Amino acid sequence: MKIIPPVKKVKDIVIHQTIKLSEKTIAKTEIANNFLTEFADVILFISRMLKETFSRNFEVREFFHQCFLIGYKSLPLISVTGTIMGFVLTIQSRPVLVSFGAVTMLPGMVAVSLIREMGPVITALICSGKIASGMGAELGSMKVTEQIEAMEVSSTHPMRFLVVTRVLAATLMIPLLVLYADGLGIIGSWIGANLKGDVSFVLFFSQAFSHIDFIDFLPAVVKSFFFGAVIGLVGTYKGYNAGRGTESVGIAANSAVVMASLLVLIVDMIAVQITDMMIL
Amino acid sequence: MKTNQTELLNEDLIQISFNDPIIEITDLSIAFGTQQVLKNLSLKLFNGENLVVLGKSGSGKSVLIKCIVGLLRAESGSIMVFNQDVMSINENELSEVRKGVGFLFQSGALYDSMTVKQNLEFPLIRLKKELNQKQRDEKIEEALENVGLKEALHKMPSQLSGGMRKRISLARTIIVDPKILLYDEPTTGLDPVTSDEISLLINEIQKKYKTSSIIITHDIECARATADRLIMLQNGQIYANGSIESYEKSTDSVIKSFFK
Repeated sequence: MKIIPPVKKVKDIVIHQTIKLSEKTIAKTEIANNFLTEFADVILFISRMLKETFSRNFEVREFFHQCFLIGYKSLPLISVTGTIMGFVLTIQSRPVLVSFGAVTMLPGMVAVSLIREMGPVITALICSGKIASGMGAELGSMKVTEQIEAMEVSSTHPMRFLVVTRVLAATLMIPLLVLYADGLGIIGSWIGANLKGDVSFVLFFSQAFSHIDFIDFLPAVVKSFFFGAVIGLVGTYKGYNAGRGTESVGIAANSAVVMASLLVLIVDMIAVQITDMMIL
Repeated sequence: MKTNQTELLNEDLIQISFNDPIIEITDLSIAFGTQQVLKNLSLKLFNGENLVVLGKSGSGKSVLIKCIVGLLRAESGSIMVFNQDVMSINENELSEVRKGVGFLFQSGALYDSMTVKQNLEFPLIRLKKELNQKQRDEKIEEALENVGLKEALHKMPSQLSGGMRKRISLARTIIVDPKILLYDEPTTGLDPVTSDEISLLINEIQKKYKTSSIIITHDIECARATADRLIMLQNGQIYANGSIESYEKSTDSVIKSFFK
């Protein structure tokens, strides 16, 4: 015997569909609300940071301490990264240039690539991993263990002491690390070139720098300042706004790296467009 | 104008007589989202008094003392500390009020990246700017001596046990000579022996520095050892107020559940 299901009334179908639709609307409204709240939080955070940056009682000692931690303590990592960057770029580019009979262009090509693009972006990405995650984890754990509140009770403005100093130190130190990475990248490139040939140090450097103009340096340095600001802001924002549990520390560190890396690439894309328009 | 107010504040501290309230809270209400944590709560802390605030977890004890130092902003009511309403003063004035209030956090809240010495030096540099390095070192030595941990001077917080961290945190709280001390669960997470030591320390500090204290706890032994007066909070309101003896004698079921 075949059972025929009862035919649903139109009213039931309409009610069912309406409920489904309203559930979806509520879910989407919640997503939009969360996004807008986060966006407003970021704007508030940046405006508070800027206000504290120009206030009296700047924490000079802590600023230099952060410069030391961000700049000096990152030197080993940036040294290795920078040298490998130049070395690999040379090894990979050499066969192509040889096939075109343009091997003499190798130093210039590597130098321009490093200074314009690879040096700033790769250094910033490495620093996103090291510095932004460190800031996220440090401030996140300070929040969880009430250290930020303890600071406030000691009449120390946490935004001034923890955020402003870190953001400014990152903004100042990243361009210096980028220039340092560029220099080591060229040395790495010279080592790479000498694996399959014999180029003197002086000749390699004079050829490399003969292809570089001031216009290659300027946009790279300027965008490095923005990379530094982005890394500092994202790291401190994620840590400062971490939740209450210990799990939040991991989340803050992880999201700081992801967000900082993504924003570095977006800033780079915008910077390249602006530079391109200005040169043309 | 601000300077005059600061001077007045310091004079007030000296002139307050024994029975004057040093903290006066009136109709304090605060909610987090839909959850009402404190409802029209009023209380006074008298000069030289140890007031213990007892209550279950989530009854609003910690919120209460965080409102007193302006870490949380209440919705309504007033909190008079040294004759200044914490809820309506600006940031600079709040900073002046905080100079007279020490806060011992539940977790100790020692700065992980600093040594014990640097932890103790941190509030001194900011709140006692008139001191030179030698005077600061003397204060640090004295504070560590008070908590019996002189040997921990150059240790990192990670090298200290839970009890030692609490003691160092207490030393950091008293180092700036506050007139009011707020203790947030001072004995939580400690063994009974260390808890007793911390309770004794609280009493010693009160006698030595003539401070007034609010001690937030749900540890009855700590309450017995330290309380001059005891307030019990329930559902964000004061449920009972009296001496420890009156609580011990009470036949009320809620009070008895604490004093088994």
